[in-house]
Amino acid sequence: MSETVIKCESVYKIFGQNAKKMLEEANGNVDAKTFQEKGCIVGVNNASFEVAKGEMLVVMGLSGSGKSTLLRCISRLTDATGGKIFIEGQDLLGLNNKELIELRRSKMGMVFQSFALLPHKTVVENIAFPLQIKGTNTEDSINRAMEMVKLVGLDGRENYFPRELSGGQQQRVGIARSLAVEPDIWFLDEPFSALDPLIRKEMQDEFLRLQEKLQKTIMFITHDFDEALKLADRIAIMKDGIIEQLDTPANIVLNPATEYVRKFTEEVPREKVLIIEDVMDASSKDNLGDLKVSKDEIIENVAEKILTQEKLVGVVDSNNNIVGSIKPSKIIDTVFGGRKNGS
Amino acid sequence: MEYLKKYPKLFQWLFLLIVFFALCFAIEVPETYKFIRGQAEFVKDPNQSVYFFLGKEVRYYAFDVFWRLPPLLGWLPIWINDSLFFLMNEWMPMEFWNEDTQEFKTRPLLLQISRNLTAFMTFLIELIREILLGGLETIVAFTSWDFIDAYPWLELPGLPWTIVAAGAAILSYKLSGKGLALFAGLTMIYISIFGQWKPSMQTLSFILVAAPLSFIFGLGLGIAAYKSKRVEKALYPILLVMQTMPQYAVLVPALVLFGVGDHAAVIITMVVAVPPMILLTILGLRAIPPEVIEAGRMSGCTNWQLMLKVLIPTARRDILIGVNQVIMVCFSMAVISAFIGAKGLGFNLLLALNQLNIGLALEAGLCISLIAILLDKMSLAWANKQTDYFGNLTFFQRNKNTIFFAVSVLIGIILAYIGTFIFKGSFNYLFEVPHNKGISTADFWNKGVDWIFDTFFVYIKAFNTWLIVDVLQPMRALYLRMPAVATLVLAVGAGYLIGGVRSALVVAALTLFIALSPWWDRALVTLYMATFGVVVSCLIGFTVGTLCFQNKKSAAFMLGICDIFQTFPSFVYLIPVMMLFGITDTSVLIAVIVYATIPATRYTIEGLRSVPVGLHEAATMSGVNKFQRLTKIEFPLAFPHMMLGINQTIVFALFMVIIGAFIGTEDLGQYILKALSDKNGAGIGLTLGICVAFIGLIFDNLIRTWVEKRKKHLGIA
Repeated sequence: MSETVIKCESVYKIFGQNAKKMLEEANGNVDAKTFQEKGCIVGVNNASFEVAKGEMLVVMGLSGSGKSTLLRCISRLTDATGGKIFIEGQDLLGLNNKELIELRRSKMGMVFQSFALLPHKTVVENIAFPLQIKGTNTEDSINRAMEMVKLVGLDGRENYFPRELSGGQQQRVGIARSLAVEPDIWFLDEPFSALDPLIRKEMQDEFLRLQEKLQKTIMFITHDFDEALKLADRIAIMKDGIIEQLDTPANIVLNPATEYVRKFTEEVPREKVLIIEDVMDASSKDNLGDLKVSKDEIIENVAEKILTQEKLVGVVDSNNNIVGSIKPSKIIDTVFGGRKNGS
Repeated sequence: MEYLKKYPKLFQWLFLLIVFFALCFAIEVPETYKFIRGQAEFVKDPNQSVYFFLGKEVRYYAFDVFWRLPPLLGWLPIWINDSLFFLMNEWMPMEFWNEDTQEFKTRPLLLQISRNLTAFMTFLIELIREILLGGLETIVAFTSWDFIDAYPWLELPGLPWTIVAAGAAILSYKLSGKGLALFAGLTMIYISIFGQWKPSMQTLSFILVAAPLSFIFGLGLGIAAYKSKRVEKALYPILLVMQTMPQYAVLVPALVLFGVGDHAAVIITMVVAVPPMILLTILGLRAIPPEVIEAGRMSGCTNWQLMLKVLIPTARRDILIGVNQVIMVCFSMAVISAFIGAKGLGFNLLLALNQLNIGLALEAGLCISLIAILLDKMSLAWANKQTDYFGNLTFFQRNKNTIFFAVSVLIGIILAYIGTFIFKGSFNYLFEVPHNKGISTADFWNKGVDWIFDTFFVYIKAFNTWLIVDVLQPMRALYLRMPAVATLVLAVGAGYLIGGVRSALVVAALTLFIALSPWWDRALVTLYMATFGVVVSCLIGFTVGTLCFQNKKSAAFMLGICDIFQTFPSFVYLIPVMMLFGITDTSVLIAVIVYATIPATRYTIEGLRSVPVGLHEAATMSGVNKFQRLTKIEFPLAFPHMMLGINQTIVFALFMVIIGAFIGTEDLGQYILKALSDKNGAGIGLTLGICVAFIGLIFDNLIRTWVEKRKKHLGIA
């Protein structure tokens, strides 16, 4: 296990007067309904998890589920009502204002749903903004910002104003700005939700390309389950402030922890999420056909090949050792039948 | 019974009206009642009742409490007066070093502060005035009279009008484009040729001092209110009252605190101009998307950086709209301040009106209107102008406006120099056209007015008589016939029916304040004039607005006209009506109607416009005709917004009624005017101003509450 970057221990965020006192009285047993009757709204309810270095945690939930609030607690844009948050071992809630600003200037970057660009600054000035706030001199900050402009593919538009850009381009600026100070931790709050479906897909691919290169520790918020599946190392599904399940995409699809999670997974095309390893049978060396597939392959990509076989197909690991086998009928089962018997 | 269940509100209102009229008929007019009642003045009459409070003697004519409440607040104006007097002349005497006499002098602290403040303001005004017009006060302020005698060339020469005109045109070009530049140039040339240069520049220097100061204070307070709920809560009631207080009621206390002249006017202008700036600053800062603020925070901004680099630039447009408001308020105050001796266009206008020289007044008025439009358009253009990227421009492109201005300064100086040869021995018209030495059309206008009077006198007189005898007098009598208790019941009942207990309490408090002041009857007269004006204005405004709305072009045209008319200081409206109707109540009412029709028209068009397109299409697809669409869809949905228009109409009407006192009415305004020339007028003027503000606020509260509820009900909040 690599080192932990973000660590949350039973984080609560409750809006309303006397929230702190009520939380203490509740003794760790927070019920949204009773709180609501007393005029308080529970945003985040007992969230505990860790994010490792270089990992991408996607927090998924419908609007009002508290996912954005959770993110804002961890970036301390709002102060959590209870619990502890550690950023690289540092107690976030214990930081004073100066230390917090220092932390944000050096370690954190954030991308927003509505882009949140400064309307009076050009693309390159927007990107250079965090650097200039930090006190970097103009020339260095502009040079660095130009690098970022190239990284997100906006060369030639560096002197445009945000109002002259399309939504996708504006979000590229937002991404470039959040990366300008080379943060270790990258927060993205529904970055692609305001974009058209086609642009969204393009941006997701672009985002994966960037992450491949940069290997940041990421918390990514979305309400789109497909997006979560596509991007995540692990997914946290939230409902009414509670994290219903936190697991890898495959496990969430295969073993939904609650009824709520199961509803989400029902419509998910499994062949796009699951890899061969998830559905293979234990190794049997007999009767194997000529075709071998890697255990890390996503089913969709090899389904056609496997289905044309009549014999068992061998599954190999990265060292080409056979670790299991798969029947062509299993593929059909997964794609069409799996939903009823819960695989 | 079924109706009762179906329309419970209707029956509640009916019940309220029945109670109101029952009270009106049940309470007889006391025989001793005369319209003119004892004020908090020092007229002694054995029939008066007397009481003492806080050591102040209040005399009044006592009536049945149901008919008129006793003026229990009668001590307030006297008390304010005496307190002010005490603060200014006796409180905290201290020793101050006097530079001129080289000795210590004992002076009350506040007086000293006030004197220092006025001296500073005078210096600022003089400085700008002398840059524009020339003079030597500023140099003298730094040196001495002897020094200037020794070096007479040090006197500031003043800018030739050609340079100011070119400067205005170039600035307009930079802000907006050729159209505005042309307008600016022509306006300046007009001002100069018609000999209004000097007063115009005096007014301009007044604005150039008052507006930036108001902007700074307004922005500061606005930011403070945005940051702290407590500051906002404390400011809010003051802002409300200031928004509905007639501008000229604040002139009176200024007179006491700061004396007569431009400096007093500038200081008091700030009091009036700061509130809209505060409101727009708060509005602008609140309108910033929360994510932009979060983005700033996540970029690691400190609070200062966040304010200066993120919040203020993002709210730039709203803040600049605030600047526009500040400039317009300053301008209108610059005109009205003539009453307390501010120099400039307003002073000339006042003089001309006092001499009944309508021609001169018209020229000054036109000048005022042109400058008002110019200032409004320029500041709006500034607000709407978006920053452009200029990194890729050449040196010439980047600085062309500066270069053009430098060139025009050069040409202006050369022209002025040539002028000294052409106009040898007379005025140098290429440098400055002296006041009243330009072309004047005053005679023409005066003759025109005479001709109108000669030709139409009979008709105008007949109309006048009819309006006064058959409409205004009966209406006035009806208003005065209302017993105080009946009025209170009506107001409080309306408050309760519209906004529940809270509204009822607010309205009751406001009404009681007026009823317990010594000017209840005057307030009723004010109210009757305002009501008449509002009703007629709304009828005209709704009709014109609805008609213009039928066509996109005419709607835009009408809004443009409203924009232009709204920029004129209210005082200007008195000129044409005096020209046509002479000095009567009719003139005032017509001015009220013209002035108050502007918001009525504007809000009608805007309200109708705000009806969603989807609803239009839905209605058209269900096969309604134009008239049905108007009555069934557009009016009901636009009505809340139109009600806000009525709210504005009431405020505008009240302002105009009060200013109408200048022509001669017998309402609250008349007493404000009187207070201006009264040594003890400060308290009276202020209390009267508050009374007028409260009349406005009563309606404001009722209408706003209703509109909010209605909008929620319609789901368009």
